[in-house]
Amino acid sequence: MTDMNEASLEQPETPARRLFPHPLLSFVLVVVWILLQNSFSFAHLLLALFLGWGIPCLTASFWPTRPHIRSYRKALAYTLLVCGDIVVANLTVAKLILFRSPGSLHTCWVRVPLDLTTPEAITLFAGTITMTPGTVSADLSADGRSLLVHCLDAPDPEGTVAMMKTRYEARVKEIFE
Amino acid sequence: MNIVLEVLVSVLIVIGAGFVLVGSWGMVRLPDLMSRLHAPTKATTLGVGGALLASMFFFFGVNKTLSVHELLITLFLFLSAPITAHFLSKAYMHRHVDPEKTLPRPGRLGWSTYEAAPGAGDGQQNEEQS
Amino acid sequence: MIDYALNFGLVAVSLALLLNLYSLFKGPSTMDRVLAVDTMVINVIALIVFYGIRQQSVMYFEAALLFAMFGFVSTVAYCRFVLRGNIIE
Repeated sequence: MTDMNEASLEQPETPARRLFPHPLLSFVLVVVWILLQNSFSFAHLLLALFLGWGIPCLTASFWPTRPHIRSYRKALAYTLLVCGDIVVANLTVAKLILFRSPGSLHTCWVRVPLDLTTPEAITLFAGTITMTPGTVSADLSADGRSLLVHCLDAPDPEGTVAMMKTRYEARVKEIFE
Repeated sequence: MNIVLEVLVSVLIVIGAGFVLVGSWGMVRLPDLMSRLHAPTKATTLGVGGALLASMFFFFGVNKTLSVHELLITLFLFLSAPITAHFLSKAYMHRHVDPEKTLPRPGRLGWSTYEAAPGAGDGQQNEEQS
Repeated sequence: MIDYALNFGLVAVSLALLLNLYSLFKGPSTMDRVLAVDTMVINVIALIVFYGIRQQSVMYFEAALLFAMFGFVSTVAYCRFVLRGNIIE
């Protein structure tokens, strides 16, 4: 109960908010449950709606703040861009594995300074970095202002950092903040 | 089943299996854990994604109903791969990487694997002060 | 044609599993072995899916889904154990 009181100090609590702490999570749960049944019927929809209402209510105290998505159109465009980049990334990494001797790879650690502040945005950005060309996000700094990234092959570390910031971080920032 | 679907399924199976093989080969070939991490997170995940798409199209051809189950597994793998990689690299850094020698310094505070965040775990800080 | 592609796929995934087994035995550090097991789980999912196509049965997807979830949870639990010394604090 103390957790709920803390949450209500941060954001005004309305009845609608208490019933649906995370509308987006409820929606995702309904869709996932129906996909899991692999068939559509009224009974499944009813159970899905019940789960979509119940699970966010039970877990609301673990996730007190609500992420604010500014533009769903930009979020969709970002998803498509990342899906395309994942395919390109796989071809790049496969080429590096097959045709380059391991000694000639320029592996290095780089630090990416973050402009993002909300945990959801940083998580999305770090996940994107891991799935795209030759980089894996390894750690976040203790103050949450920079991200440690390992590059598989980066002859030009500054260029890689600039590419990550302009191509992904700027877009994530537009979606969330 | 019509020929276009058959070709599509075959191509997806071959591509998926190829990527799975390349990912595992990369894990054997690359020298240290951080570069090895690149192979399974990317190549293998896309390989399984290709296999699942192939199965989706195949059962669409056989049963004439679109089965969306596979998309769920693909989505789950794509969401869980970065988290697994992050955890593996954190654990590896904790055991084997010296932050002073090899890593760039992030600022006044260090990386969160080695140093606690300010304000997080207040109980521990109080213990140290007392 | 799908049969030939499936034969190729099954052979390739089996080879990948053998390579994983090799890196599981070789891997110098503990984390290398954890990574090898994690990759093995993902490869087994591919194997299950190919087998499901060959048997023309939809029943194998539940197995694949369970494998994906248990693989993820076990890898995270192991990493947490290495990082913190216990899993649930």
